[in-house]
Amino acid sequence: MVHAAPPSQAAAVKPPSFLRANAEAIAFVVMAAGLIVAPFFTYPLFLMQAMCFALFACAFNLLIGYVGLLSFGHALYFGWASYLAAHAAKVWGLTPELAILTGTATAAILGLVAGSLAIRRQGIYFAMITLALAQMMFFFALQMKFTGGEDGIQAVPRGYLFGLIDLKNEAAMYIVVLFIFLGGFLLIYRIIHSPFGEVLKAIRENEPRAISLGYKTDRYKLIAFVLSATIAGCAGATKAIVLQLASLTDVNWPMSGEVVLMSLVGGLGTIFGPVVGSFVILLMQYKLSVVGEWVLVIQGIIFVSCVLLFRRGIVGEIAARFKG
Amino acid sequence: MFEICLPVLLGGKCIPSGALFGQLLIGLINGSFYALLSLGLAVIFGMLNIINFSHGAQYMLGAFVAYLMLQYSGLGYWPALIIAPLIVGLTGVIIERVFLQWLYKLDHLYGLLLTFGLALIIEGVVRNQYGSAGLPYTMPDSLRGGQNLGFMFLPNYRAWVIVASLGVCIGTWFVIERTRLGAYLRAATENPTLVRAFGINVPVMITLTYGFGVALAAFAGVMAAPIYNVSPQMGSELIIVVFAVVVIGGMGSILGAIVTGFGLGVVEGLTKVFFPEASNTVIFVIMAIVLLVRPAGLFGRRA
Repeated sequence: MVHAAPPSQAAAVKPPSFLRANAEAIAFVVMAAGLIVAPFFTYPLFLMQAMCFALFACAFNLLIGYVGLLSFGHALYFGWASYLAAHAAKVWGLTPELAILTGTATAAILGLVAGSLAIRRQGIYFAMITLALAQMMFFFALQMKFTGGEDGIQAVPRGYLFGLIDLKNEAAMYIVVLFIFLGGFLLIYRIIHSPFGEVLKAIRENEPRAISLGYKTDRYKLIAFVLSATIAGCAGATKAIVLQLASLTDVNWPMSGEVVLMSLVGGLGTIFGPVVGSFVILLMQYKLSVVGEWVLVIQGIIFVSCVLLFRRGIVGEIAARFKG
Repeated sequence: MFEICLPVLLGGKCIPSGALFGQLLIGLINGSFYALLSLGLAVIFGMLNIINFSHGAQYMLGAFVAYLMLQYSGLGYWPALIIAPLIVGLTGVIIERVFLQWLYKLDHLYGLLLTFGLALIIEGVVRNQYGSAGLPYTMPDSLRGGQNLGFMFLPNYRAWVIVASLGVCIGTWFVIERTRLGAYLRAATENPTLVRAFGINVPVMITLTYGFGVALAAFAGVMAAPIYNVSPQMGSELIIVVFAVVVIGGMGSILGAIVTGFGLGVVEGLTKVFFPEASNTVIFVIMAIVLLVRPAGLFGRRA
């Protein structure tokens, strides 16, 4: 039954203002413009690193925010993709775009294997399984020869894009990273707003009902998991080329925690939240590098206060104000 | 001394029996820590519906309190074994009252995230104060030395750890499954509202349960102190393995947690003998296999 709204109420509803109706498009334009202008004001290397982490956090948020799956082992895809990309660029001598593709494909395969194991259990077990599988792959990374163990893979050549454009040029590298970040971001936006994304949100809200409506929810969850792992891998592979380094830090469990923190601070389940969150957290780490180990404590305090006081995160809070 | 060989299919590697039993013993020791920690996790999860990520940090805290007691007040191992779990348990009670009690109505994941944050804080503070190098903790004189069993040498302290943790595990099982208090606990896990209607103070029970679970972790930490060095990061890697143990065993059964903990410790010890490269990862591999064969876990009920 559809109830018609009482006339008085219907009259009160104004058409949304231009600003509200196009809030996401405007925010995207502002973000893109900001990232184009930013290198003239601050270190391009910092910005490139921040964009890689932002894409990583967006990929993570695709799972937690839109399917309700908390993966506590996303460093696995980020780190292993960066290893494979670094190896491909340095040892196999592939061009940077092929090296990044190699890393991304690795993450996709790992995501398929880990995802099909993890989705066999629900809720809190899912988080523990993803964490345990990531820890297993951390030990493999520690033991295998090609990863360089504690040293990591250093001095990775940035190479020539398509064999033509020298990426040692900071501006060229910046444009490549900007393209990858914006492309990845738009891809995630597209996924969320597609019919497929609607099914994901239905699973998040009420999985048994989605099943009873005839959706094979396991298949949807697995596809979402693989997509998320793949995009996280793309971010990791790009970071390896930018920083010319792949190391154990990127594959270890604190990195998994960090991406959770970035998304939580920015706002779980918001499109721009992870981007804002990762810039905030990275900026904090740069500013606080003088205090050394206290960074860990401060991160912990942010975790606790976010969970207790503002679960919606920065972007979530702003959006809530905006809606009135 | 004799040699024990693997079947040819598994590589046919031969090992002197002394090394084998030595690793089995270490496996049992690790297993007793897995059992104590996963037992605490299961008890806390049952009552609070929270996966206590700070469990590893609280295990480390137990070892540290024991170390500090020896350093500053000269109180040795035996007092520490009682006092350290009490102190850490008390901090657990405070944590539950200040932080966790606000999360029970929310999604499980917030409890995990909050306790993860607490783990970072605890580990970070300890690391800042005492550095990340390991600090030695001397063994009590009464447990030095060992017995020669003929086929192997059994250090007294290691025998004590296995017996003590087995005792604590079985004691916990007995209290929960066989006493009136345990009956209240199990009833409150099933239906807290109804149990409150009978005049039982469930919120206090929840607080004390968290304190008890945390104290178990601290107890394990004190027992670990003389074997491993006391270091800030001793808990964080252990807790991930314990998560895998919990996934394998399932958290539905107390006895299941104990059996799985000891069993996996032994399997890990055996792996160290025959395939040393795989000893770090064997528990995770077993977890993957269990997920394929029995997705609900060995002792779990289908959700």
